[in-house]
Amino acid sequence: MSFNNLDTLYRQVIMDHYKNPRNKGVLEDGSLTVNLNNPTCGDRIHLTMKVEDGKVIDAKFEGEGCSISLSSASMMTQAIKGKKIEEAIKLSKIFSNMMQGKEYDEDLDLGDIEALQGVSKFPSRIKCATLAWKAMEKGLMEQEQNK
Amino acid sequence: MNVQDIRKMFPILDQEVNGNRLVYLDNAATSQKPISVIESLDKYYREYNSNVHRGVHTLGTRATDAYEGAREKVRKFINAKSTEEVIFTRGTTTALNTVAASYARANLTKGDEILISYMEHHSNIIPWQQAAKYTGATLKYLPLQEDGTISLDDVRETITPNTKIVSIMHVSNVLGTINPIKEIAKIAHENGAIMVVDGAQSAPHMKIDVQDLDCDFFAFSSHKMCGPTGIGVLYGRKHLLENMEPVEFGGEMIDFVGLYESTWKELPWKFEGGTPIIAGAIGLGAAIDILQDIGLENILEHEHKLVSYALKKLSEIEGITIYGPKDPDKRAGLVTFNIKDVHPHDVATVLDAEGIAVRAGHHCAQPLMKWLDVSATARASFYLYNTEDDIDKLVKGLVKTKEYFSDVF
Repeated sequence: MSFNNLDTLYRQVIMDHYKNPRNKGVLEDGSLTVNLNNPTCGDRIHLTMKVEDGKVIDAKFEGEGCSISLSSASMMTQAIKGKKIEEAIKLSKIFSNMMQGKEYDEDLDLGDIEALQGVSKFPSRIKCATLAWKAMEKGLMEQEQNK
Repeated sequence: MNVQDIRKMFPILDQEVNGNRLVYLDNAATSQKPISVIESLDKYYREYNSNVHRGVHTLGTRATDAYEGAREKVRKFINAKSTEEVIFTRGTTTALNTVAASYARANLTKGDEILISYMEHHSNIIPWQQAAKYTGATLKYLPLQEDGTISLDDVRETITPNTKIVSIMHVSNVLGTINPIKEIAKIAHENGAIMVVDGAQSAPHMKIDVQDLDCDFFAFSSHKMCGPTGIGVLYGRKHLLENMEPVEFGGEMIDFVGLYESTWKELPWKFEGGTPIIAGAIGLGAAIDILQDIGLENILEHEHKLVSYALKKLSEIEGITIYGPKDPDKRAGLVTFNIKDVHPHDVATVLDAEGIAVRAGHHCAQPLMKWLDVSATARASFYLYNTEDDIDKLVKGLVKTKEYFSDVF
């Protein structure tokens, strides 16, 4: 593997999200709070989401981690804003499939998230990318069950 | 000691990873295995695989002789008085858990104290947390000096007449610090406590003499010292082991079994319930042969040269933070570091693209990471087959890592 191959992992869009994370912070009136960490490496995320009428109105995150985990968190919060709970959960499944190199509906416009596709070629980094998505899924699933 | 000759004994080193010569710098996680160790496992399974201590047949005798022969090699390796004091375990973790589950639970009560340090590996923290919960004893932490060393004054100040167990790592897997175990053991004994040593990072790299250290228990793993995974050793003082209950019960460890009561075999077998890790013990014996042929003092000197060179070269990189003592005389052969604005996972991924294997993460030492005020670090750890050229490649790789990440910003 050369440094060109590294570029499939560290795409420009990823680095942009790493350097300028979107939705960084904590929602004061966040109705949902999820803390999740990756015990093997010490990455952690603190995710707050505001859900109204079955829709994610707002989402913010704070955390510690590598470029992949933080950029993925930034992209995730961007992607779920305005989405219905079931849509957001579906997106998490699609992302999980993408990370495992499985097929997913390629007609979907995933926006920036597509840049993370290269992570699937680096098995040791997949957990970095999925942490934020797991946190989101966990929070929304619990919300659904508590209805 | 000729490193090029030594490298030839380790077939795994002769390969390319991602188009570059493999530079293996993750020895504190696990070491590579020489041909003689690999062949000893192969020979056992091909020629005399058999259970130990029970067969009357020839293969059973051969297997028992080899297994017990390995125990004698370990005894000599750590200078224990007798093989009764050498218990084969699954590794350092199991060895420390045995002391915590057997000795600690039986001997501690409410008000007693267990003393460990902030630099400990999780395997020398959690067994004591559990023992403290079970017995009502208190777990106390020794503070560290600014440079990541333990001061004997702090030991004297923290220890009390209630301290019953002091358990400290011999060499830190993160800071590289070599701790003054002999001196700490003396203070422990003066205060009526026993001394437990986590030797996972010392036994592979330096001569261990449990009588000279005057410790009561000493735990280490085979896989970090050229031997197979899945086997390690608990050394314990005979009179302590004699008064301890086994942790695992079943085959192999019994003397007489009645319907409601049973009695145990004598030492060391009463602690080895079930069919033991026979091939593993034989492989560990083969690893000890190699280390002793080369000489532990030569290995230590070689690693001291490497770590001195690495400290010098790495500290020339702008934006690097190196953790642990700056003085190479206080250190074993590993360097833990962070590069400014690049997360250690990203450092490890870029180095891997260059064929360089390092560890990134919290190194099973979360309390220490908190003390260092970092969430993760990168670590390069050396062994007998590493060279200054490996360190040059590491430095080059780190410079490239910095460039790569400054380009994208």
